Amino acid sequence: MNRNLLSAGDLSRDQAIEILDIAEGMADVNDREIKKLPTLRGKTVVNLFFEDSTRTRISFELAAKRLSADVINFSAKGSSVSKGESLKDTAQTLEAMGADAVVIRHSASGAANVLAHSGWINGAIVNAGDGTHEHPTQALLDAFTMRKRLHGSASNGKALEGVKVAIVGDILHSRVARSNLLLLNTLGAEVHFVAPPTLLPANASGMKAQLNYSLDDVLAEEKPDVVMMLRVQAERMNASYFPSEREYARIWGFNADRLGTLKPGAIVMHPGPMNRGLEIDAISADSPQSTVLEQVANGVSVRMAVLFSVLSGERANNVN
Amino acid sequence: MSTSFVLKNVSIGDGPVVDIQITGEVVTAIGSSLNGTEEIDCSGLVALPGLVDLHTHLREPGFEQSETVLTGTQAAALGGFTAVHAMANTSPVADTAGVVEQVAALGREAGYAEVFPIGAVTVGLEGNQLAELGAMANSKANVRVFSDDGKCVHDPVLMRRALEYVKAFGGVIAQHAQEPRLTEGAQMHEGAVSAELGLTGWPSVAEESIIARDVLLAEHVGSRVHICHLSTAGSVEIVRWAKARGISVTAEVTPHHLLLTDELVRSYNSVYKVNPPLRTESDVLALREALIDGTIDIIATDHAPHPIEAKDCEWNAAAFGMIGLETAASIAQLVLVDSGRSNWNRVAEVLSVNPAKIGQDPNQGVEISVGSVANLTLIDPTAIRTVIAESASKSKNSPYVGLELPGRVKHTIYRGYFTVRDGNLAKAGRA
Repeated sequence: MNRNLLSAGDLSRDQAIEILDIAEGMADVNDREIKKLPTLRGKTVVNLFFEDSTRTRISFELAAKRLSADVINFSAKGSSVSKGESLKDTAQTLEAMGADAVVIRHSASGAANVLAHSGWINGAIVNAGDGTHEHPTQALLDAFTMRKRLHGSASNGKALEGVKVAIVGDILHSRVARSNLLLLNTLGAEVHFVAPPTLLPANASGMKAQLNYSLDDVLAEEKPDVVMMLRVQAERMNASYFPSEREYARIWGFNADRLGTLKPGAIVMHPGPMNRGLEIDAISADSPQSTVLEQVANGVSVRMAVLFSVLSGERANNVN
Repeated sequence: MSTSFVLKNVSIGDGPVVDIQITGEVVTAIGSSLNGTEEIDCSGLVALPGLVDLHTHLREPGFEQSETVLTGTQAAALGGFTAVHAMANTSPVADTAGVVEQVAALGREAGYAEVFPIGAVTVGLEGNQLAELGAMANSKANVRVFSDDGKCVHDPVLMRRALEYVKAFGGVIAQHAQEPRLTEGAQMHEGAVSAELGLTGWPSVAEESIIARDVLLAEHVGSRVHICHLSTAGSVEIVRWAKARGISVTAEVTPHHLLLTDELVRSYNSVYKVNPPLRTESDVLALREALIDGTIDIIATDHAPHPIEAKDCEWNAAAFGMIGLETAASIAQLVLVDSGRSNWNRVAEVLSVNPAKIGQDPNQGVEISVGSVANLTLIDPTAIRTVIAESASKSKNSPYVGLELPGRVKHTIYRGYFTVRDGNLAKAGRA
């Protein structure tokens, strides 16, 4: 694979499947008594977080540690020149310290791209979420989770051909939705975006997804294999994207009634953290169909696979 | 009698080859086989009345790290301009007679082009209260154009009052059309690309709704309004409709909106971050068509210099704006002449005659004729150059670096003085 992972769209079908397969191997390590490989011994991985995200950070931290890398967590609050800590200065500081890989989370869309193409830093760049743009490792762990549920121990080498995925909620502001769309398209899945019209892009003509306003229609007509609920951010609630939380939950929330309409084997996903009672109710979140905790566990395996791939340069050249 | 020089074998616009004799600061003869103290071979060159830019940001006072009146007018001279209008968003804001007189004085001192300060419409550009427009109009700077550029005069009552008030001294309001609520946090054109990039959209309707409102206001109060930097096909339609209805409206387009599209933002390179944002291919085509058919009256650069640190960062944190003084004539040539759709006379109209009319600039944008003040630009239309980062401007935020553009400004003559000769900037400005 490439030296950087900036966008889920950067991955070819073969590269994506390779990462998922490597992650299968990593998952086995995570089931062992001694959950550690010496693979990245002597490498330094920096978690550069300009935006709070404890979940993603500890997932990357655990992934790097299980591969025996040295891990530094750099929490840089305030991102712009006006706030004092510029992306450039921070990147150059890390470069001077000899970071081999930088895992970056930033509130600005494109921040990982800017870092990768700036010449400020030579290390590999992994995008851990940039604004409302992308979150490629989330898409990989979601694909991994789908594959695992669909194919179990026979997952290796498989794509997601023909799998129907409904992604529901704040598509407009969701990096999870954007990365999932790109990766799912690459892997042959069919994507349906379901949202109130206010939370869909005004012009989604560049997105290879079917747009729907009604969750019930999609559940009834498409019979999706996967329903992925997105978190509703608190700041949307006071900005007239929808009238009230109650109305949102009624029309676009996932609940026991809707769970009952799913076909056998269908799954309910959520990237976390959940607003229980808003986009998903407790019965659905805690049901056997829910993969919420598997996603968390798989996140570590997938991030191990990504760090391994970007930091093993020689191997990368053999892939294509 | 002072010495005279003769520009030999030059075409005035699309006209026949002639000689132009200049004595002191006046054109003294146009004809064939003219003589002078000095004869300059101008074979193959096109002469236009000195270019006039109705929309620049010279940043002085207050932001001298980006640009000064001196460096800005030097860049202007290299771009063929003999006059520039300087926007009011300086620090302090150009909202009093004192500041506009200072800016005009800095221009005279520099001597590379005439500087016409634009006065703010509202105090501090804050959109709450009219600035002392009369005082600025009656000051030594003789301000005729008023704008809160960078911000929109969005309060409809305030806009109405401003349009009415400037009739007292024949002024014009130049509106930066941007509905503020529709563009909160906006980063780029709202469309298919913004949806993919996850950048907050700046919808076309935020521009078009203000233009629609303002042409109707101008009609209602019988005033004239100038629309800065049109960027959408819809804006063109509204201006076309307003003109057909007899409303006194003039419209401007920037070189970058005639050439570049939002596809460039995919790089997240903030050199492409500008307000109004780069739009789509169909918008670009509509703007070109409108420039050719006269719906759009002028090209103005919106030259917006920024220091490196304001652009060397993530997209959201970067400043809006790009420089453009040294490349504007080339883009006009590309769109109007090289396209085969129009001609050099139209270039002269949109880059000199019309902006000078809108700005009421004395001795600028005047047809090259015997007795006129010698403000001239001579362009070599056959030259092809690759744009480089180096610029007379203090800032380097040009979106054209590496692009090949046609034409080159060979000489710029400002009141009979070569501010640029053979493509080289004069060491000193006109005394």
